Amino acid sequence: MPTMNMLQAINNALDIAMAEDEKVICFGEDVGVFGGVFRATSHLQDKYGKARCFNTPLVEQGIIGFANGLAAQGSVPVAEIQFADYIFPAFDQIVNETAKFRYRSGDLFNVGGLTIRTPYGGGISGGLYHSQSPEAYFTHTPGLKVVVPRNPYQAKGLLLAAIRDPDPVLFLEPKRLYRAAVGDVPEEDYQLPIGEAEIVKDGSDITLVGWGAQMEVIGKAAELAEEQGISCEVIDLRSLLPWDEDTVAESVFKTGRLIVSHEAPLTGGFAGEIAATIQERCFLYLESPIARVTGLDTPFPLVLEKEYLPDHLKIFEAIRESVNF
Amino acid sequence: MTQYVHQPAFLTGDEFSIDTFSLLDPEGELYEGASEPALERDHARRLYQAMLATRILDERMLAAQRQGRLSFYMQCTGEEAAVVGATAALNDADMIMAQYREQGALMYRGFTIDEFMNQLFGNELDYGKGRQMPIHYGSRKLHYMTISSPLATQIPQATGYAYGQKLAGDGHCTLTFFGEGAASEGDFHAALNMASVHQVPVIFFCRNNGYAISTPAIEQFAADGIAPRAFGYHMHVIRVDGNDALAVFEATTQARKIAVEKNQPVLIEAMSYRLAAHSSSDDPSGYRSKDEEEIWRAKDPLLRLKKWLVKKGWWSEEEEAAQQESLRKEVLDTLKRAEKRSPPPLESLISDVYADVTPALQRQLDQLKRHIRRYPDAYPKGAKSLDLDVDTATDAQGDA
Ligand SMILES: Cc1ncc(C[n+]2csc(CCOP(=O)(O)OP(=O)(O)O)c2C)c(N)n1
Repeated sequence: MPTMNMLQAINNALDIAMAEDEKVICFGEDVGVFGGVFRATSHLQDKYGKARCFNTPLVEQGIIGFANGLAAQGSVPVAEIQFADYIFPAFDQIVNETAKFRYRSGDLFNVGGLTIRTPYGGGISGGLYHSQSPEAYFTHTPGLKVVVPRNPYQAKGLLLAAIRDPDPVLFLEPKRLYRAAVGDVPEEDYQLPIGEAEIVKDGSDITLVGWGAQMEVIGKAAELAEEQGISCEVIDLRSLLPWDEDTVAESVFKTGRLIVSHEAPLTGGFAGEIAATIQERCFLYLESPIARVTGLDTPFPLVLEKEYLPDHLKIFEAIRESVNF
Repeated sequence: MTQYVHQPAFLTGDEFSIDTFSLLDPEGELYEGASEPALERDHARRLYQAMLATRILDERMLAAQRQGRLSFYMQCTGEEAAVVGATAALNDADMIMAQYREQGALMYRGFTIDEFMNQLFGNELDYGKGRQMPIHYGSRKLHYMTISSPLATQIPQATGYAYGQKLAGDGHCTLTFFGEGAASEGDFHAALNMASVHQVPVIFFCRNNGYAISTPAIEQFAADGIAPRAFGYHMHVIRVDGNDALAVFEATTQARKIAVEKNQPVLIEAMSYRLAAHSSSDDPSGYRSKDEEEIWRAKDPLLRLKKWLVKKGWWSEEEEAAQQESLRKEVLDTLKRAEKRSPPPLESLISDVYADVTPALQRQLDQLKRHIRRYPDAYPKGAKSLDLDVDTATDAQGDA
C-alpha cells in the first residue's frame, strides 16, 4: 500500500472522482495550473482540461453561488475555498442557499452534488486570519453535512464519500496535517461512511471525543493518561453534521466520563452541543461533569498560539480532573 | 435622456478604450507634451527616499525570512512608485486603508524601521500585540488603518470612513489600496456603488500588478482591466502607469482634488507588475516565466525616478550609495534588537476582544496561567511572561 500525506490523499481522491465521472468539476482560487496554494489540485487541470479544473476570479460568494447553480444543473462541483477563514463572504450562499435548496423547493431542485473543500485550523503560525476553525457556524445549519478527516486514509475515503453523497458537504481539511500526517492509503477507490464516528481506541475509564487535527493531540493525551493507569476511549467524530450520538453515548455509558476538545472558542462551540446531548442521554451514568477543552473565547493569536491551543497537556489535565472528581 | 433606436445594437465596452497616463519615459525624461507636476525638491526627495527604503527593507526582510528568523514576509517590489507616488499626493492626515503590500505608504509617512520590526516579530512593542502575521501593520498616528487579511473588506470601509470625513467637514479624504484580484470581490462593487450614490470623498486605488497569487489578470476579468468598471458606477476614473512615480503622483493629486472639493469618489488603476513572489511562501516559477519577469525588471520604477532626480540635480549616486548603506545597517541592527525583545504578555490573549475584559475571559486566562505554571517548559513564551524559570521547572509530564 502506498504511503501518502494528506494532500496527496486528497489529490488522489479528486483524481479518482474526476476519472470516474465527467460531471465532477474542481475550481477555486489558484486551483488550476498552479494546483492550489497547498497543491491539493495538482495536475488535475493537465489531466482533465481547463473546463473541468480551473481558476476562478477571487470572489468566494461567486465561487459558491456558481457552484450552487452548477450543482442544481446536475454537475458535481468540488469548490475550494482557499482558507476556511475566507469562507465568510460565501456564508449567505452556503447557509441560505446550499443548505436550503432541496427543502424550499419541495425537492424540485437540489444541490446535493456540491462539495466545498477548505483548509482550517491553527498551529501553523497563521495568526488571526489563517487559523480559524469555523465548523460551529455551519453545524447550526440544517441541510448541510460537515465532515472533518484526521489523517490521509480518512481524508481520501471521506472525500470520495462526500463527493458522491446526495447532500451538499462542507469538507474541512486540517491544514496543519496536510504534509505532517503521512500514512498508508490504498491506491484504489474506497469510501468511509459519513455520519458515523470511529472508535480509534477502546478504553474503559473516560471517553475523549474530537475531530480533525485535534485527534492527534487527543491521542497524545490518552498516552499520557495510560501511563498513569487511566484507560481512555478515543472517538473521532469524523462527521459533525449529522453527528453520531449513539457511538458517543454508548461509550459514555461504559466509561461514565466525557471530554470533548476543539480548537474553536468555547462559547457556542460544537463541544457544547455534544455535552448537552450526552448529558440528556447519559445523565445517570455520568461520574463527573462533561469537560470541554477548547480555544479561548477570543480570536486566534499569533505569538501566543501555543498558549491558546488546546494541546495534549491541557487535555491530560482535564482527564485527571475528571477522573479525580 | 433615453434615445430610441430601431435596430438592436449591443455594446461590449470595446467602444471605449482607456488610455494610460504617463509622464516619465524609462530614461527619466518627460514625454513630449507632458508637464512636470508641481513637486518641490524636498518633496520629490522624500518620495524617492521612501521608495528606496521600502526596496531595501523588503530585500533584507525577505533574506531574514529565508534564514528562518521571520515566519513570513511580503514584498512591494516593483510597485513602489504606485504606492509611494499615491501616498505622496495625499495630505499626511488623509486616511489610508491598504491591502497588505503597501509598506511604502507607511515608509513615506515616517513609520520607523523599529516600528516595522516590532510588528514583523510580533514582540511586546508591536502595536498589534503579536496577534497578526508579519506585515499587517497599522498606525493611528500616521492615519494608516491596521491591515485585515480578508481581501477587499477595507474597500467598503473606506467608503464609510470617507463619508464620515465628509460629514465632519475636515477636508480629508480616504484612499484605499487593493489588487486587481481583490477587485473581483463583492465588497469592491458594494464600495463603489455606495460611494457614488452617497457622493463620498474616497479614492479607490487599484494596483493592477498582473497576478493574484498564481492567477493571471486574464483569468481574473474579461474586460480591459478594472478602470472601465467606474463607468457603471458613474465615477471619475484614470488609468496610470504604475511604474512612473510622477504620473501616479499627478493623477492622485488631481483625484484628491475631486474627492475633497466635489465630494466625489475617484477610481485610479495603476498598471504595474508584481516583480517579487506573491509572498515568502510562494514560488512564481510554477506559473510564470523568468522572461516575463525580466521585461518588467527593465521597467524598474526606482530607476526611472532616480534618473529624473539626478538630471534635475536633486539626487546623486553618492547620496544613493550612502543612503543604501545606512539603511541596510539600520535594518540589520534594528532586526537584531527586535527579535530579542520579549513576546507580548499573556494578558494580551484576552485584552481588546471587548473594551473591558469579561469575567469569562478572565476565568479562562486564570485557568491558563495555572496550567502554564504546572508545565512551564511546554509554553516558553507564556512562562516568560509569568516570570517562570523554564530551565529548572518540572518536566512536562507533570507530577501526577
Ligand atoms: C477573502 C479572501 N480570499 C482569499 C484570500 C487569500 N489571498 C491572499 S492574497 C490573494 C491574492 C490577492 O491578489 P491581488 O488582490 O491581485 O493583490 P496582489 O497580491 O497581487 O498585490 C489571495 C487569494 C484572502 N486573503 N482573502
